[in-house]
Amino acid sequence: MEQKFDAIIVGAGPAGCACAYKLAKAGLSVLVVERGKFPGAKNMWGGAFFGPTLGEIFPNFWSEAPVERYIARRKISLLSKEDCLTIDFSSHKYSQAPYEGFVLLRARFDQWFANKAMEAGALVASGLQADDVIKQDGRITGIKAGNDQMPADVVIACDGVNSLLAQKAGLRGELKPTEVKQGVKEVIQFPRKDLEQRFGLTGDAGMSWEFLGACTGGLPGGGFIYTNKDSISIGLVVQLNALAEKQIRANDLLEDFKKHPAISNLLEGGKLVEYSGHLIPVSGVNMMPGLYTDGFLVAGDAAAFVVGTGLILEGANFAMASGIAAAEAVIKAKEKNDFSANSLAYYQQILESNFVLKDLKTFKKAPHFLETQRIYTTYPEFVCDLFEKMFTTDGKPRKKLWPLLNESMKGRVSLMQLASDLWKAKEAI
Amino acid sequence: MSPTSIEDKLAVNKYDIDREVHIKFNESICQTCEKHPCVYVCPAVCFKLAEGHIVFSYEGCLECGSCRVACTNKAIDWTIPRPGFGICYEFG
Repeated sequence: MEQKFDAIIVGAGPAGCACAYKLAKAGLSVLVVERGKFPGAKNMWGGAFFGPTLGEIFPNFWSEAPVERYIARRKISLLSKEDCLTIDFSSHKYSQAPYEGFVLLRARFDQWFANKAMEAGALVASGLQADDVIKQDGRITGIKAGNDQMPADVVIACDGVNSLLAQKAGLRGELKPTEVKQGVKEVIQFPRKDLEQRFGLTGDAGMSWEFLGACTGGLPGGGFIYTNKDSISIGLVVQLNALAEKQIRANDLLEDFKKHPAISNLLEGGKLVEYSGHLIPVSGVNMMPGLYTDGFLVAGDAAAFVVGTGLILEGANFAMASGIAAAEAVIKAKEKNDFSANSLAYYQQILESNFVLKDLKTFKKAPHFLETQRIYTTYPEFVCDLFEKMFTTDGKPRKKLWPLLNESMKGRVSLMQLASDLWKAKEAI
Repeated sequence: MSPTSIEDKLAVNKYDIDREVHIKFNESICQTCEKHPCVYVCPAVCFKLAEGHIVFSYEGCLECGSCRVACTNKAIDWTIPRPGFGICYEFG
């Protein structure tokens, strides 16, 4: 007879690895099934990772994990077609342990994280695809992978945004184009010294740089540049339905973004080493599937645990926290030897008491607000225009700020509209 | 800063290409489709429109699922390549 595991986790990403580590540490028998050749082989993200969750499991993880750089500076830019207004924030706290954030590359980081789970006693099987769940008397009792049946007391779906398993378990329907953004990214290599000089960095300090406006051609979304050790990750995140409706390709937008006057010089001489694409669930609680059923839990992107406010878009921290919460619920279920939905409901209680569901609920209205076209067209253009007027010395008598403001707004947006959008922003983000 | 064409971009990626096609689509539904979202949403430009027909090449697929989500006519039967095949990111 096949070996029965206490828990089978599908997907060795941030949610799956965090869950596996916690369960293995507690002495449960754990199998992680990963479809990639190695953990991380199928995964990509922008690259900036924030929050304390990982540090809570592995204090000082940055001294052993393959982090590219700690984030010492955070820049935010509004782009019009040719101009750019940037806020460049650095804090001395950012450059000291425990640090605020890191730039990470998934193919390297996920392998490290999966190794930590293995060291703790979990079995990680790469190159194995979970095709379906095993159902017996209405409860899930394992997974099917190819011709194999693998039984377990509980299955935890950490298989990402496309989660086929949550669908097979009947917890989730099809994703809608309005519920996801598409991320496209290039990793571009430079000699380390050149990169540090260009981006004003020294040592292991790094930078996260987010963009709003012309980079997405006015479509809902944004751009990013993150500095790795000797490369940058540059990319865009764009609402999927907008690409379909406007018949625009994210890759074409990325090409335009790379040619923007504020960016193009920074990329000179760089060598493309990878091009990647991925979907991000962005509708938060509005699209959240059922989180548990008999013998089954859903965590990470599979559960749509992502929060976006226009200027931030965070998922990995939520993925890890949900993986940990799932582990806690399973450990408790194991003590009672009760893996029913009723028992596993504790998972949702944990998520409601920590930041995961609180943040998702706080920003419940953000996805709808972020569909406002003006955020990506009118406002970046208006702000860039205002700054251009303020900084232009053309020999004509100068005007005060208020008349300049009115001039920049004229034909773009009315005071009423601005007030209304600000009110919506206040409510949403 | 080069390269810029999608072919050149995909050429730097590491793939283990399966002989089995992992994404299939129902051409008769595509014939009734007006906007062909697959052509625009695929980040690897796997779907192209040629003389009114969808031409599909699966080799460069990044396995993101965009085509599956965007094709609201449900013409696409989306799966992932068999284990060990498909995109293999080195950076991610």
